Amino acid sequence: MEAHRELIRIEGVTKRFGHLVAVDTVSTTIRENEFFALLGPSGCGKTTLLRLLAGFEAPDAGRLLLDGRDLVGMRPYRRPLNMMFQSYALFPHMTVFDNIAYGLRQERTGRDEIERRVNEVLALVQLGGFGRRRPHQLSGGERQRVALARALVKRPQVLLLDEPLAALDRKLRVEMQLELKRLQHTVGITFLIVTHDQEEALVMADRVAVMDRGRILQVASPDELYEAPGSRFVASFIGESNIFAGRLRIAGDAVTLVGERGTWHVAPAAPGHAGLADGAAAAIVVRPERLRLAPAGARASLEDPGAGGGLVNRVDGVLSDVAYLGSTRKYVVELRDGTRALARVQVGQRGDDLAPGTPVGATWAVEHGVLIADETASPASPGA
Amino acid sequence: MRARLLDPGRWLGAHLGLVLLFLYLPIAVLIVLSFNESGLPTAWTGFSTRWYESVVVNEKILGAAAITIVIAAVSTLIATAIGTLLALGLERLTNNALLDGLVFVPGIIPDIVLAIALLSFYNLVFTGLLGLKLGLWSVIVAHVVFNITFVTAIVRTRLRHFDISIEEASLDLGANEVTTFRKITLPVILPGVIAAALVAFTLSVDEFVVAFFTAGTTITFPIQVYSMIRFGVTPEINAIATVVVVVSFVLVLASQRLNPEQV
Amino acid sequence: MSRLARRLVLLGPGLGWWLVFLALPLMVVLAYSFFRRGTYGGVVFDFTLDNYVRALDPLYLGVLGFSLRIAVITTAVALLIGYPAAYFIATRPRRWRTPLLVLIILPFWTSFLIRTYAWMVLLNREGLINRPLLALGIIDEPLPLLYNEFAIVIGLVYGYLPLMILPLYAAIERLNPELREAATNLGARPIKVFFTVTVPLTLTGIAAGCIFVFVPSLGNFIVPDLLGGGRSIMVGNLIQSQFLKARDWPFGATLALALITLMMVLLVVQARIINRDRPVSADAG
Repeated sequence: MEAHRELIRIEGVTKRFGHLVAVDTVSTTIRENEFFALLGPSGCGKTTLLRLLAGFEAPDAGRLLLDGRDLVGMRPYRRPLNMMFQSYALFPHMTVFDNIAYGLRQERTGRDEIERRVNEVLALVQLGGFGRRRPHQLSGGERQRVALARALVKRPQVLLLDEPLAALDRKLRVEMQLELKRLQHTVGITFLIVTHDQEEALVMADRVAVMDRGRILQVASPDELYEAPGSRFVASFIGESNIFAGRLRIAGDAVTLVGERGTWHVAPAAPGHAGLADGAAAAIVVRPERLRLAPAGARASLEDPGAGGGLVNRVDGVLSDVAYLGSTRKYVVELRDGTRALARVQVGQRGDDLAPGTPVGATWAVEHGVLIADETASPASPGA
Repeated sequence: MRARLLDPGRWLGAHLGLVLLFLYLPIAVLIVLSFNESGLPTAWTGFSTRWYESVVVNEKILGAAAITIVIAAVSTLIATAIGTLLALGLERLTNNALLDGLVFVPGIIPDIVLAIALLSFYNLVFTGLLGLKLGLWSVIVAHVVFNITFVTAIVRTRLRHFDISIEEASLDLGANEVTTFRKITLPVILPGVIAAALVAFTLSVDEFVVAFFTAGTTITFPIQVYSMIRFGVTPEINAIATVVVVVSFVLVLASQRLNPEQV
Repeated sequence: MSRLARRLVLLGPGLGWWLVFLALPLMVVLAYSFFRRGTYGGVVFDFTLDNYVRALDPLYLGVLGFSLRIAVITTAVALLIGYPAAYFIATRPRRWRTPLLVLIILPFWTSFLIRTYAWMVLLNREGLINRPLLALGIIDEPLPLLYNEFAIVIGLVYGYLPLMILPLYAAIERLNPELREAATNLGARPIKVFFTVTVPLTLTGIAAGCIFVFVPSLGNFIVPDLLGGGRSIMVGNLIQSQFLKARDWPFGATLALALITLMMVLLVVQARIINRDRPVSADAG
């Protein structure tokens, strides 16, 4: 991505449906040529935000700027954004060619030009020769490509994609994730995708905005979201995690998190990064692959997590379940207080030889625990 | 939860308002006139219930009403039984588009055609061969013909939401088919059946053309009303019309409440 | 219970009733159309084609033509009024749709006779439309609203409008709203969206609504009788008078057959439209 010029600016946008606040004073920016994802559970407002941009809804407050121009008040059919619909919304009474040409015909493009551009975009989505078919004669994956072609052919400034892969089966979905990313590189258009599937967002997007209950909680690159979630919601929504909650206690360089079920060491610099002060409600997030397991008796190996040899936290329990996931194995540990911890171990690596029923200790190096503010401020509970 | 901005605007709403005005104004006018002391549409001379009082003592009207209620009750009973069975059969046993379409024919065939066809048939077979006179029975038989269509259509809307696995569960638990129908199927579809019966009753009460041809010398309520309209309008008509409208509305609204899917 | 026995119990009574009291009577009508009227009414069983020849008489063709004309105008007016209404209802939030539809259909379930009579009261020389206009001095002479073509069309549109709106509503409601949004998103103005997407995709509803209005309008007998004042007679009145006044049953039967035939032709056309709309997997590709 050469230029990081700002293309879309969303400023304090709010949309209500009756008593429900679907989008709640959302502000963010989307850059030119970016693959940007809006990720969140269903009902979080991500689709509404997309529909606000497309002009199918009008915001109750705030501004939506595209390239500095205010979109609010601009007729939906005049906006230079094209959308790929979740249902694909292909016109069943038109051929593939006519579907794709529909948008060009609204611009009064010449016949030859239409012919040329439609064929061009059909080739781009690898559907050359499909022009005369009807939507009902196509497979799900082919329909999806037609919908994509129909939106791309108008060369919009932004392509809006509403759950574009939701209707495909898993294998095709994974293929299309890479395909979409390739296409975005080829055409150089800003893609704004809405999805509830974190894998989709993490694989495809340059940046992801995580939404919940009408608000954007965090905008970050996929690895940043995973490695440094900004809130408890993000931590539990993105990937699997072990969350240990409590109150922060800072005594010089000795920083600890005091929970109902234990006290854990925290890296001295972490409170500063997370903007937390002494006594704040906080939580430590430990990703399953950062958790080391060893039989309860084997003290020595537990104290040495492998890396720097610094401080280590430990919880004890009994191994209750093992699931084989291909290259890794997932271990579920029933902790003493009845909650569970998840560990993910490379197959054949150290710690990958434990049987269910074994008493184990689970440890993590202090630098692998991410300190976050606990916005839920509920009683501390480690869990998945 | 998605309000659609593509909503084509207020003028469509205004249009619907005018349509509803068009549909209800004539009825409203009759209702208002029925309480007009003079009975004439020309001037309002004061509120009065005298036209209702004169209807109530009019033996011809009451007699015709009694006849019509008998016709409607019997034809509804027959049509509801037959139509419910037919709905079950069509929904469960067949998947035939032609048959599905054919079921509607008795409902949309012009009433004048049904009327003269039945008249010709009755005349040839029943009057000619058996020496029977036309009367109550011939109207009842005729009303069943078109009412089966409406009952079938309404009961089918109910059956479409019927989870067939509960019948299978009943059979699996040892009930035979008749018991399953009585204890499981019928109770579940009963609101739809009653709704259909209410509509059939309403249609039968209001039906004029077919009865006009097939009633012989019997005077049904609509025939009575027709002759009152046709040969010298009397103010009593407005009172009668009001009663008919109110009764029909109540029956149909009750039917709709019982089986909201039918519309 | 065997499959056959089940079919017999469920389908038998209904189909049987229709066989005896609809199919057979129609056969009788067909047969009568080839016989002759007796001197004092009744039917003389003498084979003849006279009734068909007579039906082609300009006098009767004129009546049929007039009936067609009225039915076409009625259907067109009902479609023009009904489509926007159906569209509006179908695009309301879900909880509003059923109450609005019930409101539309409700008058349909009350006596057709009485609803037609209501228009006699409204359209009369002394009626509720003429009187205020006269009183306000907008007109000097009462408008001749009753006993003409205009009155018949109003009466028929009034009687059958709900039958137009219902299938239109069903078709529009079934339409995925994302299709309209997609067309808009691709740059089509609302009017363009309507004619390139909404109308073509609701053609089945349009065809059904038109049939539902056209068929009963064509054969109607109450409306021309009461609002047409006997001056403008339609085929329904002609059939009625052949049966009840002229007592020429064979000729009445012939006219009824002409009516049914016309109706059948229309149903076939409608079926064609519906089938064209339905996706056929073996389409050229």
